[in-house]
Amino acid sequence: MKLADRTTTKWNGESFVVRVTTDASRPSPLRAREALLVKDRAVPCPPGFKVYLLPDSTSLESSPDAHVVALPPSLAYVGDGDILTVRPKTGDLRVMYRKASRHNSVMVTPACNNFCVMCAQPPQRANDEVFRLLWDAIPLMDIDTQELILSGGEPTLLGRRLVQLIHRLKSFLPSTSLHVLSNGRQLKFLPFTQDIADARHPDLVFGIPLYSDLSYEHDFLVQAHGAFDETVHGILNAARCGLRVELRIVVTKINFVWLPRLSRFIARNLPFVCNVAFMGLEPIGFAKGNLQDVWIDPADYGAQLGEAIQELKWHRIPASIYNHQLCTLSTDLWGAARQSISDWKNIFLPQCHDCAVRHRCCGFFASGMEVHSRTITPIPSCE
Amino acid sequence: MPTSPLFSPRHFPLQNDFLPQKGAYRLLPFRFISLDAQQYVLTNFVGEYCVVERENLQALVAKTLRPGSAAYSAFKSRHFFFEEGETSALHLLATKYRTKQAPLVEFTSLHMIVPTLRCNTSCIYCQASHKGAAAASCDMTEATADRAIEFMFSSPSSHLKLEFQGGEPLLNFDMVRYIVEYTRRREAELGRNVSIVICSNLALISEPILQFCEKNNVHFSTSLDGPLDLHNHNRPSVEFDSYERASAGIVRVREALGIRAISALMTTTQASLLRPKEIVDEYVGQGFTSIFLRPINPYGFASKAGALTHYSVNEWMEFYKTALDYIIDLNMRGIRFREEYAALLLRRMLSPYGTGYVDLQSPAGIGISGILFNHDGNVYASDESRMLGEMGDSHFRLGNLLHDSYEDMMLSDVLVETLRDTMTEGVPGCSDCGFQPYCGSDPVRHYRLQGDVVGFKPTSEFCQRHLALFRHLIGILESGSPAADILKGWIY
Repeated sequence: MKLADRTTTKWNGESFVVRVTTDASRPSPLRAREALLVKDRAVPCPPGFKVYLLPDSTSLESSPDAHVVALPPSLAYVGDGDILTVRPKTGDLRVMYRKASRHNSVMVTPACNNFCVMCAQPPQRANDEVFRLLWDAIPLMDIDTQELILSGGEPTLLGRRLVQLIHRLKSFLPSTSLHVLSNGRQLKFLPFTQDIADARHPDLVFGIPLYSDLSYEHDFLVQAHGAFDETVHGILNAARCGLRVELRIVVTKINFVWLPRLSRFIARNLPFVCNVAFMGLEPIGFAKGNLQDVWIDPADYGAQLGEAIQELKWHRIPASIYNHQLCTLSTDLWGAARQSISDWKNIFLPQCHDCAVRHRCCGFFASGMEVHSRTITPIPSCE
Repeated sequence: MPTSPLFSPRHFPLQNDFLPQKGAYRLLPFRFISLDAQQYVLTNFVGEYCVVERENLQALVAKTLRPGSAAYSAFKSRHFFFEEGETSALHLLATKYRTKQAPLVEFTSLHMIVPTLRCNTSCIYCQASHKGAAAASCDMTEATADRAIEFMFSSPSSHLKLEFQGGEPLLNFDMVRYIVEYTRRREAELGRNVSIVICSNLALISEPILQFCEKNNVHFSTSLDGPLDLHNHNRPSVEFDSYERASAGIVRVREALGIRAISALMTTTQASLLRPKEIVDEYVGQGFTSIFLRPINPYGFASKAGALTHYSVNEWMEFYKTALDYIIDLNMRGIRFREEYAALLLRRMLSPYGTGYVDLQSPAGIGISGILFNHDGNVYASDESRMLGEMGDSHFRLGNLLHDSYEDMMLSDVLVETLRDTMTEGVPGCSDCGFQPYCGSDPVRHYRLQGDVVGFKPTSEFCQRHLALFRHLIGILESGSPAADILKGWIY
């Protein structure tokens, strides 16, 4: 599933967000921020919508206020409640939010102060437009959204604006869980962390990566001197302010041997974390470029992963495994495995068709078709 | 480590670029002690340990460890030093120290109360120096009980525990009932939280008692010393078969109140020493999931009946190791069962949290972890202090409920001075011991055996026993054997 494509329709104007609707008779006041997905060209279009999405390319003319946009076939799946960003100057369309998805992840800034060797989303220069579009999109999101992930780049680089964003999310989406994927380094500034906590968001978790118990190993992996020190300060500050922290550890060829002692370190120093997630590598971005140095077959680190999880279990610290196909894990780890891969980038291989546990399995990253464990085998049913 | 062109300095600096200079660290406080002929145990003040050969201990201090080596990593990860410019280590240490010491803030949790000193068994090691069942002058009065309960609610502890001790509390169940009802009423009024346990031989358990306990959420703790002949040898009664009554009582309590409503304690006599497996089997057979292997206390009848009860630290350790090995073996065969004292020590060694166990605190837990109200209103700093009192030495008596205030007793010279003198961080023989973070002070035992609350460690059996226990447990943990994994499963 593609989340972005380019339309042939272009005009001169600022980027904006619109919510998709298929209901031509929407109450008029809502229409100014919505895009009508036109199904039947024969029926005359009702006035007032910001955008009219047409499933195929046409030569219909746009008025200054309402724009007719050809919807590329790759995005034809959009439906009621989804949110699109439109960049008229280039014709770029992006699905920012899908109402039906349980994996809505929004980028709040592309900038980052780490430079991880296995980064799936390499950092770019700061871009205020990303923030502005998200800001505008929040009131358009469904109030029953279960979870929203704020990712980056590094969200905390927004500083005060991140605090405002969290306030806004609390106001418009009061029952939506919020997961902020952050390296935690900026949380070393206690007043900033306290400001985030003072937003009193009812369900906020910071997902922070910690790759080693040793600063020089962590700093190497994230390619930033002093990062470990700042991240640890950040995690302590978060706990001190009452923010919940999940540790997210991507497993690579470099750090898999560190996992057992990292678990020991966590149990001893950071026992307050609400979860420790061991994450399979997504082979895109830097991870793709550095593939032979960072990727390792999960079958080759099963022992270390098992030890790391056992150590946490002894200390009653919840642990989970993300992005690992069940057939690559020993069965005693299945209880920790989660179906973690976002639905839009999640696929299965042909041989998975006959697998008895496919419905419990997280599958593969669409980007990782060629890069997967040699142990991928359908699990026979127990009967 | 990766050296391919992809990690060329142009894009991604190499791992070695992040390694610190040799010796560019500052040592943090630590202690050490020999584990065996070759190895040393190093501990820091938050209780993390490393086991290393002598040369690595020397290299740590001489700052000649190679950065990135296994020993360097182990020391750094456990905060035996921190590198220049790194401040997170100190913050983590501070957090860990606060966490370990948190039980001190809780203050007195365990409140023992003696509703009567009368008893119907004549245990050979009796610590309470029982009177016959008819001696009514050994019963607590309501006025005294009222004061005891109010005293307990003066403690700031968030987990108050009221434990009925004896004598045999069921011989004066009217008073038990009075105290429980009063406590539950005050608990609700004050918005507090009290767990209540009756320590009983269960001989007099009855349907009305069980119904009362169910209604008031009262649990039981009993004594079970082993198989029938051993139990009855240790805990004889002229009135009944003590083993039969205990076994039947355990079943009845479980059925009426649930399996978690009863726990058992064993005391090791000389007769027990040769029968470690049978004792463990007895506990397994009676449906317990743990046992607390307790050496005998040098108080009460135990001190008079020397011949029956006396044994050396070595004899005790042989018994203990055999039993522990057997328990580990049971676990490997799928029977989940733990030894509680090992579990307690492991928690002190391997978890970041402190423990509230009265006899293993620094400063000592007397008064500030646990306290005892005797039937006559005398307040003692611990159960052992009371036994000493019954033997005629009221050194650790803090006052009397009917005459003295909470403040007077908790600030009494004997308590404050003893606590001051029992901080192992500064006690001769403890301050430089590698096991200091795991151990504690037992001032009453040392006062009784050596005439001094601090004690002389080279001849202290408390010290010898604990050194042996720590060495034994660390030996197993470091063996890398499946037994180590079994022990780690007992931490919580």
